[in-house]
Amino acid sequence: MLLRQTWAEFLKLWRVPAFSATSIFLPVVFYAFIGIGQANQTLQGTHVKFGAYFLASMAVYSVANVMIFSFGISVAAERGMKMDLLMRATPLPPLVYLLSRCITAIVFAALTLAVLFPFAYIAGGVRLDTSEWFTLAYRVLLGSVPFIGLGFAIGYLSGPNSAIAVINLIYLPTAFASGLFFPKQLLPQIIQNISSYLPLYRFGQLGWNAIGVPTSESIATDWLYLAGYGVLFFAIAVWAYRREESRKFS
Amino acid sequence: MPPAAELIDATKKYGEIEALKGVTIRIELGDVVAMLGPNGAGKTTSISLLLGLRKPSSGKALLFGLEPTNLRARSRVGVMLQESGVPAMLKVREIVDLFRSYYPKPMPRERAIAMAGLEEKANALVKELSGGQRQRLYFALAVCGDPEVLFLDEPTVGMDVEGRRSFIERIADFVQMGRTVVLTTHYLEEADQLAKRVIVIDRGVVIADASPQEIKSRVAGRRVRFVSPALNEKDLEGLPVSAVTINDHRVQLLTNQPEGVLRDLFRRGVEISELEVAGADLEEAFIVMTRH
Repeated sequence: MLLRQTWAEFLKLWRVPAFSATSIFLPVVFYAFIGIGQANQTLQGTHVKFGAYFLASMAVYSVANVMIFSFGISVAAERGMKMDLLMRATPLPPLVYLLSRCITAIVFAALTLAVLFPFAYIAGGVRLDTSEWFTLAYRVLLGSVPFIGLGFAIGYLSGPNSAIAVINLIYLPTAFASGLFFPKQLLPQIIQNISSYLPLYRFGQLGWNAIGVPTSESIATDWLYLAGYGVLFFAIAVWAYRREESRKFS
Repeated sequence: MPPAAELIDATKKYGEIEALKGVTIRIELGDVVAMLGPNGAGKTTSISLLLGLRKPSSGKALLFGLEPTNLRARSRVGVMLQESGVPAMLKVREIVDLFRSYYPKPMPRERAIAMAGLEEKANALVKELSGGQRQRLYFALAVCGDPEVLFLDEPTVGMDVEGRRSFIERIADFVQMGRTVVLTTHYLEEADQLAKRVIVIDRGVVIADASPQEIKSRVAGRRVRFVSPALNEKDLEGLPVSAVTINDHRVQLLTNQPEGVLRDLFRRGVEISELEVAGADLEEAFIVMTRH
């Protein structure tokens, strides 16, 4: 049942090119435009190449992107089309439903990395130790969990047509503000002040640290921030879910 | 053994509106039940309570003696709801397989698709289906788990006459397998063709629960029709009739005593032509019962 549900969830997303193509190839396109040209420049005060630095940025960006979009859009769309109603009348355990979604999102996230990593290796000439590749991959996948909560929360709080707009409005600016596209030092001072508190910035720190960029604080702090945001996002998601529950199904 | 589905003195309020005002219904295995009633009478609310999609404000709803949200109870039930959606980007056979995986002993995929008459669309995406085909897909999803009880909420709404007729035959096939069917409808001929038992709900109350024949006979045994250009309303005063419709000199009366009615009309000197006396059908019974 879990396998079937996961396969169905995967096909549903896979067959929407607006989701599958953008989430898998957009990071590569960004990498080609921004990363490759200066891939061999060394970051100030470190031995890390920009190519590797930007790979970590894009890995963080694309995985968080998958989590927020796959949950946010599909939850909102299914609410809009009343699919949740029929599902609710079947003997499908809600936990299986939730798990199948999470697995699908992780598979998609892994797919984006499976495209991004070789691209950076070949086109950007990025060379990392085996352990660094693995550290980057697992940190990025694990650190994306809070964004599942954010995706759910947006999916339950916004309408089926506004979900995409809401997500873009939140996600893109915070990605910029967190230094995922340009190093934080290039951003206006006021944004730099805020950015250390943003979940994506903390997530980015984990990625950059994985490939050898020295970070000012211990990465335990970053994990702690992400855990805190995770609790907050899931709390909002549960609250929004309950609110909908009491409205539609009581 | 507990009944297949049961409402015990169930009420349901949506804010200030009282959709159900104390409904008790007991559906045994093997029953084929049509729930009839005008729009807003409480049919869909009753089904929603039985399926655990809504909670009763007071009273009880039970499926096989269990809470309707219990997955063991749900795994014995197939459902077709009004206005529910399915993922547009899945193929018919994929979504049938998906729903089959929810049930402990599903029927083969091909059989479920054949029962719905969708063989030629098995490889089509859901979004490519027409309205009628989509409705048949919902039927395939409802029967694919080989359920003991099938709930159909307004299954033929929006279909044309031919579509309705063939759909009714598909439901009848399922009934032939000895299964329990509960359907809501406002098409009376559907209730008449399929159901062994009709429950009439009006304004949140059960006003009749009997076989279609009993309901017909209970309300008005005979229908008397005639044309009378010079009829005036005084001529009909005090007659033992349960419903009168006058349309352009065409008069229709429902009565249990057609002979007495006609004798009185002749005694009052009413001129009539094209006289016709026939058994009332369910539709007329229904109109009489739910007349406000």
